[in-house]
Amino acid sequence: MRALVWISEGSWEACVDRTRETLASDAEVTLLHVAAADAERLASEPLAERLGRHRPPPPGPAVRELSEAEAQELLAAARARLRRAARTLSLHGRAERVVVQAAADADLLVLAREGHPRLGPGSLGPRARFVVDHAPCEVLLVWPARPEAGVDSIHWPRHMR
Amino acid sequence: MNEAISLVALAVCLAAAIARPRWAPDWAVAALAAAALVALGALGPRGAGRALSRLGPTVGFLAALLVLADGCRRAGVFDALGALMARGSRGRPRRLLAMVFTVAACTTAVLSLDATIVLLTPVVFATASRLRTSPRPHVYACSHLANSASLVLPVSNLTNLLAFAAAGISFARFASLMALPWLVAIAVEWLVLSRAFAGELRIPSDPAKARSGLAAQASDPSRPRDPRRAWEPGAEEPVQPGEPVEPVEPVEPGAEEPVRPGEPVEPGEPVEPGAEEPVEPERPEAPAGRLEPLEPPHARELPAFALGVVAVTLAGFAASSLLGVAPVWFAAAGAALLTVRHRPSSAAELVGAAEPAFLVFVLGLGVVVAAAGADGLSRTVDAVLPRGGSLGALVGVAAVSAALANLVNNLPATLIVVGAVASSAPGSVLAMLIGVNVGPNLTYVGSLATLLWRRVVHAHDEEVNLREFLTLGVATVPITLVAATAALWLALRVT
Repeated sequence: MRALVWISEGSWEACVDRTRETLASDAEVTLLHVAAADAERLASEPLAERLGRHRPPPPGPAVRELSEAEAQELLAAARARLRRAARTLSLHGRAERVVVQAAADADLLVLAREGHPRLGPGSLGPRARFVVDHAPCEVLLVWPARPEAGVDSIHWPRHMR
Repeated sequence: MNEAISLVALAVCLAAAIARPRWAPDWAVAALAAAALVALGALGPRGAGRALSRLGPTVGFLAALLVLADGCRRAGVFDALGALMARGSRGRPRRLLAMVFTVAACTTAVLSLDATIVLLTPVVFATASRLRTSPRPHVYACSHLANSASLVLPVSNLTNLLAFAAAGISFARFASLMALPWLVAIAVEWLVLSRAFAGELRIPSDPAKARSGLAAQASDPSRPRDPRRAWEPGAEEPVQPGEPVEPVEPVEPGAEEPVRPGEPVEPGEPVEPGAEEPVEPERPEAPAGRLEPLEPPHARELPAFALGVVAVTLAGFAASSLLGVAPVWFAAAGAALLTVRHRPSSAAELVGAAEPAFLVFVLGLGVVVAAAGADGLSRTVDAVLPRGGSLGALVGVAAVSAALANLVNNLPATLIVVGAVASSAPGSVLAMLIGVNVGPNLTYVGSLATLLWRRVVHAHDEEVNLREFLTLGVATVPITLVAATAALWLALRVT
């Protein structure tokens, strides 16, 4: 079985833990991080769109290089936490679309809900929702933190109470 | 005839600035267009001279501010601010966003939007990445605040400088009238952005809590709060001291592994979920030492000299009308002090920081707009703009200005509208500024024309979610326009 784990800032620990706990030892695990291309673009060529401004970016490490280095460190940390052999993959682009593309030949995709920590539609952030809606394989949807309240918190319409 | 020629010249300038052809740099096109209009008689030499002498001090002021901001960069102000934001965030994305809001709003106010966009945004990106939080909310916040937090001081935005020169009010009065609209605009941005990015701003997961429904002990005081330490050896074990070891449920696929035939099970060892796999020797690969400090490696104390110069310059601005000295001289003195103390590596670096091409473009565009204005553009705008100091009239001025800024970009929009409103009360000028400063957030690239052009070029650009930009713009700009203008109306009545 080939499992793809979406390593995303803020929720990666839970995804790694759940992968380690639930996947059989012979599963091929790939840890995927997607750097946000829109943020890189806003930070690296910010004046490209602004009328009349031509200034080159100030000296320093290029945003893309810095972003790639941080992604590699995050993936290394995730693999160390996983404590088993795993491939790592660092891509950049629009995360939700890149993840779906990368899941094309996976059997299982592990991702976090990335939303409010309570039961309901808000618990699935827009990126996670896109991936869940479009995933071409099976999905393991992880709560990055324990939800604030249990099933009692689910709203019932008046006539169904 | 003259009117048509000058409008064509204006359109050519804008087209060159938006399309950026290699063979026709926008500054040269603007300068040539201005010269051509004078040569053709669309604008008399006297009119052109008047436009240039009116714009000259403003452009000089802008150059001084750009050099001042670049001096701050050389002094390490922005790197130090990055470290400050990282420390202040305590590893929590929402706190980091609050720090970014504070720093970006103040940087924009004091050192102008160019400083926020060019100098601060890359630092914010690096800071967020190092803290292992999604950089998107923070970078989007910089991008939005560069526009909407540029209301408060005449030096915050070139549009403000142009209006400030025309409105004839003091620096201190400008600031006192625009302080409330500025705060309101920042508040609206906070409400919208912190909601829009709520998912990515969630507190980094605590694995102890993440054991949904299994582990009762959600919070362990012994667990380090710093999320960067969560994976350090010794801090990452799934079973914590004092936490009862759960019985292995047979439904867990991984739980069958310890009893796999042929694999010796060590007697006496407690079975821990998640620990079935032998710990691989690759663990030390984790660069534990690298991430221990929260701040970037070059973090340091805030550079006192540079911040002192900025503070004194600001005080000079505030006292300029009392002292009878034009604010531009304080900016020039501050820029000179920082240049002497933190020398640029070359003269080219110093000149480049002042963006000479941009300054020429502004001057050329100013002359072209003066020609178009003399030939009826101002009258047209005049007919559209509401008059008077009522709330409705001010909102109308802001809305028309924002619409114009989104059609042709905010710099030409300011040059066009300021001629029409300069004679009226300062309220109209400031309402116009709310429109041209906040308005560009609607299309993120500054105007519809730019957006359409970029859209054609990058039709297959998968990287940027244009709809997300536009959604954020639609969510913030109209509310900010109305709320900030209402705040301005209130400030005008109170003071």
